[in-house]
Amino acid sequence: MKPRVTQLGMVSIGFVATGVIYLAAYLPKRAPLAPAVVFLVLAAAVFAFNALSLARQPGFAWWRFRQVAGWMTLVYLIVAGMLEFTFLYDHTRGPALAIMTLLLAIFTLNVPLLSGWTVAHLETD
Amino acid sequence: MAVAVAQEQPVPITAPIIPVRGLFPVGVVLAGIVVTIGTNWTWGLDFFHVVGGGMWTALDLFMGFVIGPIMRSLSIPARIELTKKLMPKMLLIMPTLVTMTLAAGFQLARHNGMLETSFSLHGWVVASMIVVAVMAIVALALLQPANIAVLFELRRPQPRPEVVQRLMRRFIYAAGVTGAMQVATLVIMTRLAS
Repeated sequence: MKPRVTQLGMVSIGFVATGVIYLAAYLPKRAPLAPAVVFLVLAAAVFAFNALSLARQPGFAWWRFRQVAGWMTLVYLIVAGMLEFTFLYDHTRGPALAIMTLLLAIFTLNVPLLSGWTVAHLETD
Repeated sequence: MAVAVAQEQPVPITAPIIPVRGLFPVGVVLAGIVVTIGTNWTWGLDFFHVVGGGMWTALDLFMGFVIGPIMRSLSIPARIELTKKLMPKMLLIMPTLVTMTLAAGFQLARHNGMLETSFSLHGWVVASMIVVAVMAIVALALLQPANIAVLFELRRPQPRPEVVQRLMRRFIYAAGVTGAMQVATLVIMTRLAS
């Protein structure tokens, strides 16, 4: 059975988005961080499960996955760099910055995974 | 007859996946956003947000409600031909417009005090973030991967029409969802501006 990479990726990015919206909705005050940490952990857990289930996929076209995911990682590192610049520029500091950065990291990892999977699994269809 | 056969077997593209020349204007726009944010240039923020947002909304609505239905009615070879021309450009245009709109919009809202919980229409601002999140999830998980996958498929010596059709169906439905979300964006943005 094929892993549900796209669906799980959507769930993981959904948790990232919820965490970011939750934090942003409190600006310029500091939001209580516990719910944001919960969203972060959920996003990371779903991403990890997704990546592991993909890694166990037999006969997967990893060469194509690496090709697509590699370039997508480069693109989204630039996007993530711009977003991180905005966080720092807006004086986000301390635990809030750490959580935002980790949410951003999970987002940045999810995008190449989704594109790489979509292209690579069609190689062996 | 010969023409019909030629139409049934589209020639695969061998060019790069994205138009490399298009990277230059993308780089200029991104550099412009960074400079504008870094210098707190209010007109620049307004410009990037309004121009980017207008183009993003118009393109999403056009793709979802005009190109989508047209694409569904085309023959497979015609769909492939349109896809070959359209998708590489969309891969550059859409992420640039989205980055430009969101980055400038967030900073603008910050400067105008719209992000603050005390702002009378704060609920609408949060609603706009939720709409953007839905669009981002659909675009990053469905639209963009389908877009890239169809371009890879068209590079094969023998592109598989059923795979192209499946990916394009996904692309068209996802574009429809983001088009509908853009209608919500229009309602929210006009509410915030009035």
